[in-house]
This record gives sequence, structure tokens and C-alpha cells, in this order.
Amino acid sequence: MASRLMALWEWFDSRMPSVAIETRKHLTEYYAPKNFNFWYYFGSLALLVLVIQIVSGIFLTMHYKPDANLAFGSVEYIMRDVPGGWLIRYIHSTGGSAFFIVVYLHMFRGLLYGSHREPRELVWIFGVLIYLTLMGEAFFGYLLPWGQMSYWGAQVIVNLFGVIPFIGPDLALWIRGDYVVSDATLNRFFALHVIALPLVLLGLVMAHILALHDVGSNNPDGIEIKKKKDANGRPLDGIPFHPYYTVKDIVGAVVFLAVFCVVLFFMPELGGYFLEHNNFIPADSLKTPEHIAPLWYFTPYYSILRAVPPMFNSQFPGVLAMGLAVLILFFLPWLDRSPVKSIRYRGKLYKGALATFVVTFVLLGYLGLKPTTLWGQFGFDAFFLDTREIATWVARVATVLYFLFFILMPWYTARDEVKSVPERVTS
Amino acid sequence: MTTGTMKKLLLALLFAPLGVQAAATGYKLDRAPIQLNDVVSLQAGARTFVNYCLNCHSAQYMRYNRLTDLGLTEAQIKDNLMFAAEKVGETMKVSMSVKDGKAWFGVPPPDLSVIARSRGADWLYTYLRTFYRDAKTATGWNNTVFPNAAMPHVLWTLQGERRLEIVPHADNAGHVSVEYKWSQLSKGAQSAVEYDLTVRDLVNFLVYVGEPSASSRTPIGVVVLVVLGLLFVLAYAMKREFWKDVKH
Repeated sequence: MASRLMALWEWFDSRMPSVAIETRKHLTEYYAPKNFNFWYYFGSLALLVLVIQIVSGIFLTMHYKPDANLAFGSVEYIMRDVPGGWLIRYIHSTGGSAFFIVVYLHMFRGLLYGSHREPRELVWIFGVLIYLTLMGEAFFGYLLPWGQMSYWGAQVIVNLFGVIPFIGPDLALWIRGDYVVSDATLNRFFALHVIALPLVLLGLVMAHILALHDVGSNNPDGIEIKKKKDANGRPLDGIPFHPYYTVKDIVGAVVFLAVFCVVLFFMPELGGYFLEHNNFIPADSLKTPEHIAPLWYFTPYYSILRAVPPMFNSQFPGVLAMGLAVLILFFLPWLDRSPVKSIRYRGKLYKGALATFVVTFVLLGYLGLKPTTLWGQFGFDAFFLDTREIATWVARVATVLYFLFFILMPWYTARDEVKSVPERVTS
Repeated sequence: MTTGTMKKLLLALLFAPLGVQAAATGYKLDRAPIQLNDVVSLQAGARTFVNYCLNCHSAQYMRYNRLTDLGLTEAQIKDNLMFAAEKVGETMKVSMSVKDGKAWFGVPPPDLSVIARSRGADWLYTYLRTFYRDAKTATGWNNTVFPNAAMPHVLWTLQGERRLEIVPHADNAGHVSVEYKWSQLSKGAQSAVEYDLTVRDLVNFLVYVGEPSASSRTPIGVVVLVVLGLLFVLAYAMKREFWKDVKH
């Protein structure tokens, strides 16, 4: 039997040797640094969530109806009448938020250890493109349940494009396919959500991994393991990805799935953060909800949007600031001028800047979930106060700090007092 | 929509203060003492629901035969709970049209399939217990948590008619608080305690209807977590075995 299987494999291998070659290249002979820590789980977890979303999404499309009259009901049909439908739906809704949690932590890892730095600039750029695509994917997908938040969230975000000078109104009309969000919008968002963007996402993920494997993985010490090789040309501090990191990532995946399942089975709405209460009201184009907030993963940018005051009678500056807040990520590899990559060998300036950035990002995210009246008003008035809302001013300061993290980066990373980097990785 | 109105909409949606929701009512919600595993309460709630709510409100995503979840047989459901449907596999629809609903109440009564998921149990529990007589409204009723609600007090024969007097108090620091003084105008068929229980059962049922699979997902979740726990032990042992030969 074994020899028969061997013969079959040889038959296959002689006709398509690239399977064995690529497996060696990307798994058994891909040398990854041996000192990966906790933060290095989130790459493989992001891939896991992508698979979860694609598989659960396929099953959802078997029962979902992209029709303004039927969409809301079809989701409830899935929740009630389709055997296991509630499970599939909760997997997909929890997966949506889980994707962003994992991706945010994965990106933060990059900032910690300088994974965006030379020679991994392309890895970073593909990563930011994945993040952008993911935002689009989440936005299009959120319209599909056709609840009040789906509808008005889409209305608000499409209208953001409407404030772009000159082309705005036509652009918004082109995106919607109608003068308001309607059945036409739902249909095209469905197409984009289930076909177009997943294809783009898969292509980008492939590019992200290929670009990574060409230059090799970074590590918590931020040193290049390829510089020290043994007689066989293998990095001294490297170990084959398979089996070492496959077995390690399986442990990470199990822990992740446990957390995922706690949400999935015991608190699928997660207090309104993963599934908003108002989205259980069917979309009504005549009734604007009193409080419209996007899902949590967009709220840092939503906060920036709200913080920027209208200028020249136009909301465009806010929209521009929001767009720049995301696009500035592309330039990170060139903004960072530090001679070292890892936080372990950086000085106080970068550590302080990164800590401030994290606090700022979380604060903006929190404020974006809440109404701007959250913290009341200043007790005094002054000519420069266009609004006296404390939360709006805090968001403005946070917005400035968000941008300063990037704009001042060439300055503070170059001047930072760095420690000497060891020759070999530390444990 | 013109550019001007679109801009206005955008302005209203994005940049106006969004704290209107909290300002709508200051009435503190009571905690609904619901229990989804209390089958007797759910059955009682189902009875109240089909008798009092299902005349105007539908639960159009909920099938009658799903009520077998509550320990009822299909025959029991047909005999006791089905007034507006022919077959036990039908969903809980109402014969009142949206147009009629709009004409009679100003707004069509909302479908109640997932009302507990949008409003929350505490809101429903408080709402259904805080109707009062108000001559100024079209229905003659008003509500503390949902002021000027279009719905009259459907359960009034049970609770009786009540009057509400709102007394503002100002303390020394100038903070104004409001006292709600309830008084009974006419007696209902139930005592205050009995009525609270009726509403409790009804809200319990509405929460169940909002997500009929809720009670089945937790036991499955426990099993899944136990399996993942075992898998973790195996996966961790495997990782340790493989990593023995990695020298740091």
C-alpha cells in the first residue's frame, strides 16, 4: 500500500514538481527566526479568520437574499429556520470583528519590532492594502443585513464621497446607483462583498506572504537572521517554518478559537459592539436613527472625521483628514529613520511616541462610539471655541497627536538614543 | 435628492450632537427578571402575547410550531395559541394591513420578532408597566419610557388605570430631580405583583422570540470549549515535543 502511494506520488511529482518545490520553499525550508513571541501569532490567525469568513460566508449566501424587501427577513430566516443557520451567522458576524482585532494587533506588532522597515517595505505596503480592502469588505458587508444601522451607516459613508469637491455628488450617485441607498445599492454591495473584494483580498494576501518569504521574517530583536548562516547556508537563528511554527501556530489558533467561541456562543452581540441593537430594526429610509455610530473598528477614523471642523462651508476637510489618517500608513517605512528596528533597542522618544499613539488611537475609537456630548461642555466661552463640547476638543487634540506620530517620526526616530543591537537573536 | 439636501443630511448625521437618545427620557429602567429556561413563564408569556399583542403586532419571522421549544405539542399550540393562522408551520402574521395600522395609530405597529434585541428586555419590561392616563393624547394613554407612544395601554384591564404626577424637586445645589408619583384610578383584574409577573412572562417570551436558538447555543458552547480545552492540551504537548530540539 505504502509503495503504491509512493508510486502515485512519484507519478504526480514528475508531472508537477512545483508542488513539492513550493512546499519546500514556503514551509519545510522556509527559515523563520526562532525567537518569535506572542505578537507573532496574529499573522497566521488573520489567515485563519479569512478562511473562517470565506467558508461561513459561502453558507450564508446559500440562504441570504440581496433584495431590499427580503434581506432583513432572510437573515432572520437563517437565524431561525435554517438548521445551524444561527451558528453560521454568528461565526460570520463575530469573525468580522475578530478580523479587525487580529489585524490591529498584527499591525501593532509591526510598529513594535520595525517589521515595516527595509527590506520589508513591500510586505508592509501589501499589508496596508489588505487593511484598506478589509475596511471596504466590512463596509459593504455591513449593509447586507439591511437593518437601520446598515442603511444609515451606508448612507453616511457614501455621502462622505459626496463632499469631495467637483466630482463628489456624481461619485456618490455612481457608488449608490440611486439617489438614496436602495435596492440597487444593496445588490452591488452584495456583489462587491461576496466576489470582488474577497478576490482582491486573496490576491493581496498571497502577495503579502510571497513578499515576506522573499526577504524573510523579521523578529523581536529586529536583526536579519540571514546575515549569520551555517556551512549549509541555513540561518543559524532560523528554524524551518514547518514543523516548528505550524505546531506553535496551532496552539495559538486553539487559544484564539476558544476566545472566539466564548463570544460566539455566550455573547454574540458583545453588548452591542459586534452586533448593534439598532440593526435589529429593519432599514427605514424615512426614519433617521438618533445616534448613528459605525462598528467599533471604524470609530477611530469616525472620530477624526467628526473632530475636524467644516471649513469654507464644506465638510471635505474632515473627510480628507480621515482619508489621510489611513493613507499615511503607506509611508511608514520611509518616515522611520531609526538605525534600529526593534522597540527593544530603541530609546525613550520612540517608546513614548508609540505609547502616546496607542492611547490616542484607543481614545479616538472610544470617542467615536459615543455622542460628542459625552463629557458635557466647557463652562466658559471664547472667540476660538466653535463648539464648547469637551469630547470634541479632546478628539481634536487626539487627532493632532495621531498625525504628529507620523509627521514627527523622521525627527524623533533619528534623534532617539538607541541601544546597541546584538549579533544574534536573544531568547 | 439635490446636492443641498444631501449636504444638509450629511451635516445632520455627522456633525450634529448625537446625544438625543439619552435626552429622550430620564426614566430609569427597571431590570427585567427574566429567565429563558423557565418554561412555565415562557408559556404564560406566549398566552399573553397571542391574546393581547398578536392582534396588531406580528412576529412574522416566528413560526407557531417553533413554540414546541417551550414544551408544547403541536396540538396544544393549535388549540391554545393559534387564532390567526391555519397551519402550525405558518409564521405569526396579523391580518391588519400596514395601511390600516398607519391610519389607526399614526405609525404601523412594528413587527415584534426581534423587538427584544433592539429595545432590550429592561426597556420592554419598564415600558409595559408605566402607562398612565393622559387626556392630551389621541389614545388617552401615555407612557414614561416612551412619551407619546402611539400604542394605547393594551393590558389596562389587567393593570387598571393609573395616573402619573411628576413632581420636580430642587436640592440646595440647584440640581433638579424628578419624582414619579403613581396613583390608581381604577382597579385591574390583577394586583400590582400579579401584573408585574404577567409582564415579566411576556417580556421573557419576547426575548425568547428574539432569538429562539439562544438557549441551545450555550450548552453547545460549553461542549465546544471543553473540546478546545482538550485540543489545547494535545496541541501544546505536540509543540513542546517538537521544540525540544530548538536551542536558545
